[in-house]
Amino acid sequence: MMSVEKTDYGLRQKDRRELLARGEAAPDFNLKCTPDQWLKLSEFRGRPVILAFYPADWSPVCGDQITLYNQILPEFRELGAELLGISVDGAWCHAAFTRDRKLHFPLLADFEPKGAVARLYGVYRDGEGISERALFVIDPEGIVYWSYVSPIGVNPGADGIIAALEEIKHGKAK
Amino acid sequence: MMNRTLDAEAPKAILTLPVARRDHIQGLADAPIKLLEYGDFECPSCGQAYPIIKAIQQEFGDSLCLAFRHFPLTTMHSHAEHAAEAAEAAGAQGKFWEMHDLMFENQSALEDQDLARYAKVLGLDVDRLVGEILSGAYYDRIREDFKSGIRGGVNGTPTLFINGVRYDDTLGFEALVAALTRAAA
Repeated sequence: MMSVEKTDYGLRQKDRRELLARGEAAPDFNLKCTPDQWLKLSEFRGRPVILAFYPADWSPVCGDQITLYNQILPEFRELGAELLGISVDGAWCHAAFTRDRKLHFPLLADFEPKGAVARLYGVYRDGEGISERALFVIDPEGIVYWSYVSPIGVNPGADGIIAALEEIKHGKAK
Repeated sequence: MMNRTLDAEAPKAILTLPVARRDHIQGLADAPIKLLEYGDFECPSCGQAYPIIKAIQQEFGDSLCLAFRHFPLTTMHSHAEHAAEAAEAAGAQGKFWEMHDLMFENQSALEDQDLARYAKVLGLDVDRLVGEILSGAYYDRIREDFKSGIRGGVNGTPTLFINGVRYDDTLGFEALVAALTRAAA
């Protein structure tokens, strides 16, 4: 129906799938978090999960974003949440990136079939072969509480994540 | 009313905690342009921004008030926490900005003995400063800065806020002058 133009970089046609939105069930997945370990989203049922899709290990903005989240990890954990980074990079690449940046949270390899999880969440960039820079906060029941796609070159920070986690926490406290 | 022109450009992070009396500032607190930096003394990008911000202060004079809050990325920068402590400890002796400048001008020398040396150069009580650094006397204050940054939308270092709105453009002199001029209008 539509032809893919190879020169169309940057702001190209979005994947026809919509961004998974608030209230929708977060699709489960089973991805490698190290070259020989797998991690399932459903393992975290019972507490909130932050899913941070990013385009690539090593790229400047991603590096800053991932480093920032690594630094903020105590704040996320204080709010009871687990942080999972996810990109189409392979497990060995993630291992090297994790070591280099001294990361204390898992990076998942959405590597084979490439970008399959990103597609499930509506954040794959067809033709470029990477995911959007997208954030999902999933509540303890496995339902998307908040989702956000940042312009690919802009580090979204963590204010949206923190606000969502605080709402979940205070909602629970009632 | 000043924020309105900025808000019109794009949805941008708005700072939750405005430039407050607690902050270290240079310039007049009621200046029409308030530039707030979240920074890390060991961060190379902050080091690159340092002379640009100095030039910006020259350019805008009394119409600009600069504030600095700590955002040490300690998982990447092993000296950042002590450097932030050193700035606070120097601030307790009235020399926050002097220490701030010395550290940004000597980013590759931020070992504890370097910090002590800078304290001596500035004529501070070195033992007191070192003791405060080692005991983490300003830890809570630095955490407060850090947390306010997270909630305000700080997405790395340096992050600048102009009258409470995050500045997302490049950290060049001309781009900053343009943004600050718009903020002052």
